Amino acid sequence: MTFSTVDRVMADQRAAAFATRSIKTEAKVAGLRMALSMVDLTTLEGADSPEKVRALCRKAITPDPFDESVPSAAAVCVYPTLVGVAREALRGTSINVASVATGFPSGQYPLEVRLDDVRRAIEAGANEIDMVISRGALLSGDEDRIRHEVASTKDVCVSTGEGAHLKVILETGELSTYDNVRMASEIAIDAGLTEYDFIKTSTGKVAPAATMGVTLVMLETVRDHFLKTGVRIGVKPAGGIRKAKQALHYLVMVKETLGDDWLTPELFRFGASGLSNDLLRQLRWKREGVYSAGWDQTVS
Amino acid sequence: MTNRLSVTKTHKLLIGGAFVRSESGRSIETTDASGMPAHLCQASRKDLRNAVEAARGAFGGWSGRTAYNRAQILYRLAEMMEGRADELRAATIEKAPATRAPAKRTAKKSSKKKTSKKTIARRTPAPKVHEFDEVELAIDRLVAFAGWADKYEQVIGGKNPVAGPFYNFTSPEPTGVTMVVAPDTPPLLGLVSLIAPALCCGCTVVALASEASPIPACLLGELCETSDVPAGVLNILTGFRAELVHHISVHRDIDAVLAANLDEESGAMLRSGAGENLKRVTVKKLTPRQWRDPDECETPALIERVVEMKTIWHPMAT
Repeated sequence: MTFSTVDRVMADQRAAAFATRSIKTEAKVAGLRMALSMVDLTTLEGADSPEKVRALCRKAITPDPFDESVPSAAAVCVYPTLVGVAREALRGTSINVASVATGFPSGQYPLEVRLDDVRRAIEAGANEIDMVISRGALLSGDEDRIRHEVASTKDVCVSTGEGAHLKVILETGELSTYDNVRMASEIAIDAGLTEYDFIKTSTGKVAPAATMGVTLVMLETVRDHFLKTGVRIGVKPAGGIRKAKQALHYLVMVKETLGDDWLTPELFRFGASGLSNDLLRQLRWKREGVYSAGWDQTVS
Repeated sequence: MTNRLSVTKTHKLLIGGAFVRSESGRSIETTDASGMPAHLCQASRKDLRNAVEAARGAFGGWSGRTAYNRAQILYRLAEMMEGRADELRAATIEKAPATRAPAKRTAKKSSKKKTSKKTIARRTPAPKVHEFDEVELAIDRLVAFAGWADKYEQVIGGKNPVAGPFYNFTSPEPTGVTMVVAPDTPPLLGLVSLIAPALCCGCTVVALASEASPIPACLLGELCETSDVPAGVLNILTGFRAELVHHISVHRDIDAVLAANLDEESGAMLRSGAGENLKRVTVKKLTPRQWRDPDECETPALIERVVEMKTIWHPMAT
């Protein structure tokens, strides 16, 4: 099987150009609110406790207690053991519960264990699964293994309970080249992703995490797949997006690469923990002309 | 004799340890020490925001240092000022008006050419010339507060008598990010007198330089960068008070304001900021004599304006 190649210099150049668009006043407010509605509020620490997850869920429901018109987050993303807590805290809302699974973040476990991880997370209440691929296999040329693990995980997502959308984490920070990112994206998509499944840049545990460049490569893979098949796959950059301005740059890139159809939480997400605070701070500035203090905001 | 054109310096803002241009791209016309037209950055609301962020980021590290180490660093800054005293002196007097008598008096000390009409700062009224060497006084003031760094706590904190089986004591802690609005005059002594109390106790500072004579503040910023002052601990903006005081007043991440010799309106606006986030606002009005007076300007009473008092009740076995 052959894969498309990517001109790194031109991809970076193109990605950098999106950061030069000037977005001000009403368009900026609309963009900030849209970005907020696309956030997967994430906590993936060994020290995560049920109460921390509950706090995050409360924040996902009402990001700004002083302005209830601010949209809710798209999902709360946690480790499998905390899925039940999140599901309970989000009962009665339309906010999704996402769980990392398949031996996150390394994926270096037997496939049966990883699939069982997925099954349990869905049974505990997750309706979105963020899986990791075996980067080592990809780098050593074992594409079939990636294809097999994505297909198997997709099967479990479809056949367990009420099912779950699948997000495939490529961990682009470990893939070295844009060609590899393109190849991993194509393998993941062709392995059986269906409409509203995602490809995702990073676990957040490896630097560099999401960059404009790799996200552009992934968006273009999604575009080519859509033009070929008519199926819309989502994209989720995760890790390293902390500023509202960065989020707006990403939205510009989505719009100019995939069009307005993708400007929805069903097809574009930000995996982030700090980003929402900066979005809220900017929205408050627009609303009240006041910059918030650190203690005005939640810790995550 | 050559026809060489001297290379004049571009003074920039000091934010987070970096010398940056205003994000707005705006500049203020002025004249440099040699009488050449020069440009300074005109800080914007967003520059202020960035500076406050930098100061907030540096607060933990600066306040977490030992008082003794902060004293060393402030003393080091004084050493650097001493080494460039002539340059600072030239900058503080070059903005003097061309009125003869005082100009002569100050010119004597710098042995520079007389000030002339050309050197009056444009757009802002010329300040009075000081009949004292404000550079020496500023250096001494910094040394005084370097000394206070590990002593003020004993003076303004203390053990409180309580009617019960408790040991009760109060100790001051730095409040956080302090905004300093320097007076037009004396530009250097006024600035140093306001930043030193905040820096010595562990606050980080964003300072808005004298509008009439901003260059001494820019030079002080350069000295900071060669005297172990960590990035973000002292940030220096040049610009117009009228543009920035409102934003200073409503910024919720500024914990205290130290200002002096402002017009009524600006002072009132800064004070109203206390209603926004309970920031501690101090607006002083000092005469040249008072700026020189150690009893007025070298007391821990100024430090008290930028600290929070923490009182602890400790159960004591009797």
